[in-house]
Amino acid sequence: MDTRHPQSLPDGSPLVRFADVTKSYGDLTVLDKLNLDIAQNEMVSIIGPSGSGKTTVLRVLMTLETINDGVIYVDGEPLTHMPSGAGLEVASESYLRQRRSKIGMVFQQFNLFPHMTALQNCIEAPMQVLGLSRDEAEERALDLLQMVGMDSKKDQHPTRLSGGQQQRVAIARALAMRPQVMLLDEVTSALDPEVIGEVLNVIRSLNSEHNLTMIMVTHQMGFAREISDRVCFFYEGKIAEQGSPEKLFEDPQNERTKQFLHAVLDAN
Amino acid sequence: MALRSCLIPFLQQLGDDVSYWGFFVEYAPKMASGAMTTAMVMGCSALLAAVISLIFGLMRLSQNWGVQAAATVYIEFFRGTSLLVQLYWIYYVLPLMGLTLSPFMSGVLALGLNFGAYGAEIVRGGVQSVPRGQWEAALALNMSPAQRMRRIIVPQTFTLILPPMANLTVELLKATALVALITVVDLMFVAKQINATTWLSAQVFGTALIIYYIMARFALIPFLRWLEVLAARKVGKA
Amino acid sequence: MEWRWDFTFEILPRMLWATGNTLLAAGIGYLIALVVGLILMLGQRTPYRIVNFIVREVVEFIRSTPLLVQLFFVFFVAPQFGIKLTAWTSAMLTIGLHFGTYLSEVYRGALEGVPKAQWEACRALNFSTAYTYRRVVLPQAFPIALPGMGNYLVGIFKDTPLLATIGVAELMHTANALGAETYRYLEPYTMVGFIFLIISLPAAMGLRRLEAAVAKAQGKVKH
Repeated sequence: MDTRHPQSLPDGSPLVRFADVTKSYGDLTVLDKLNLDIAQNEMVSIIGPSGSGKTTVLRVLMTLETINDGVIYVDGEPLTHMPSGAGLEVASESYLRQRRSKIGMVFQQFNLFPHMTALQNCIEAPMQVLGLSRDEAEERALDLLQMVGMDSKKDQHPTRLSGGQQQRVAIARALAMRPQVMLLDEVTSALDPEVIGEVLNVIRSLNSEHNLTMIMVTHQMGFAREISDRVCFFYEGKIAEQGSPEKLFEDPQNERTKQFLHAVLDAN
Repeated sequence: MALRSCLIPFLQQLGDDVSYWGFFVEYAPKMASGAMTTAMVMGCSALLAAVISLIFGLMRLSQNWGVQAAATVYIEFFRGTSLLVQLYWIYYVLPLMGLTLSPFMSGVLALGLNFGAYGAEIVRGGVQSVPRGQWEAALALNMSPAQRMRRIIVPQTFTLILPPMANLTVELLKATALVALITVVDLMFVAKQINATTWLSAQVFGTALIIYYIMARFALIPFLRWLEVLAARKVGKA
Repeated sequence: MEWRWDFTFEILPRMLWATGNTLLAAGIGYLIALVVGLILMLGQRTPYRIVNFIVREVVEFIRSTPLLVQLFFVFFVAPQFGIKLTAWTSAMLTIGLHFGTYLSEVYRGALEGVPKAQWEACRALNFSTAYTYRRVVLPQAFPIALPGMGNYLVGIFKDTPLLATIGVAELMHTANALGAETYRYLEPYTMVGFIFLIISLPAAMGLRRLEAAVAKAQGKVKH
């Protein structure tokens, strides 16, 4: 039982809070006492060299992986832990299912269900998990597919779609669950260069028109700079530097940030 | 010399083709009815094996230690002892313990239990080879463990396990010949019977082999390929 | 019906002797199958398409028909043509041929498992075909074939009870004989099952180890 952390956060606290979160695999520490707050409607980009723990931030927030120490809060309540007596204990599966509904995720490899059409991919969880009727679920899904420009392909299976099209369906599928926080894990890394734009456009509209809170791990420096409210540079499981995109890209303070930006921008 | 002494009777047999047609006309109906029984045994035991495969394959993947251990013991036991031993045990020893099954039932039970154990390992392998990303996507959509399994993983497993299952089904068809040894009147049994009365061994066993071959190659395998195409179409791959 | 330990120990020596025969049959059958498999595999890689086709069809035929029927075919048909085959000879021939077809597939798969680029690299280095096989292809194909080869050794072992039907005095035959002599079937048949379990469980475990070792050696370690 963990009594160092509060059982809930006061009103007006950030939508997502990482409090001293540590994640390690054996001797390898991937997240090292990470503290990170993300406000309602904020768009945060996470950049950094591979192995810096940036994807792990999203994976532990999605509860795909458990953390070794610390607590993650979502919407004022603990996510990874549940109240027990005076303190917190590791969350059970049923507690996780309650809390997880606030979070949605889009994956690098899309991970669409291959045995379902685009539309079926988008109505599956709303019907199974939220208990929507087929009509309600389809109405919601069709709106979203239209928003991502995939309504004309709604009856296609994923194997018939290009990478960019699959990723747009995957975004609609995640949105259909009406999450408060959207996690984007290198969503353009597996795409051919010519279709990256169509996916970035969808994310732009999510940001500008829907005001969704988003955490994005990305290698697209230009896009991160254009769209983010804040950019975090990760190095060895910690935030080495963070700030507004202008500040971080134009006037980095940390030596590691400078080196990383040099290397990345040179390569382009 | 040795070669000639072998060849001459062989050629005499071949030249005596009236006897093969005579043989064929006389015994074809009997062998056909034996083949029907073989198909029945095959169909029933394939169904039983499929159900057992699914149940024990999923049990093998259970988080529950006891459930997993029970499945492992079952699978290792039936794979580790020989089919014929299991068949004899069910047919000859079970009645001593008060449970008497007809030869047909014993045969179907032994084949179903035995091939179910092999099939369970295929199911387990199939579930395990569904990409990790599928589990993760289902979890990210907040599906319960049961929903993930039933709605996302198992349907994808079908297309993955069909090819190895098809191979196993051909093996099952071949293995049905063993039920002749517990007096089920299948194709093998009829062949033995005819052989015992006529001693036309080449004709009778040759014909039996060809019938088995036709059943496998021109009935069972096309059917299984059709199933694979059907499954592939379901996931939009065809 | 109750289990009788005194009877069990009475028949144990005969059962153990029969176990020796079972292992001998499996071993000899396997050695023949290894060679037959090699011939059948090479027979499908000749420069003559018609030969490849015929061998392929023969392999298909043998693979899709029951071992039991083949056993009876060889045992009863040979004498019809004036060839005297003992039960043992027929059994070994049939097992060798039947499992030879499976092993030819194992060999073929292993050879095809060696990347084409390896052949191209050898061409570029101007190696002869024989040298390429000996020094580059076979050393890579062998580890791929190993698990499959092991599987069929266990497979042959588990099919040896069929040999009882033509009178080879292996375990099942001995159990049948004991049952007929004493009218007790419980102990002999159960013992056969146990003996099979005792031998095939460690064999299966060894095979899994072998598979893991091969996978590891090839750098395909699963995390």
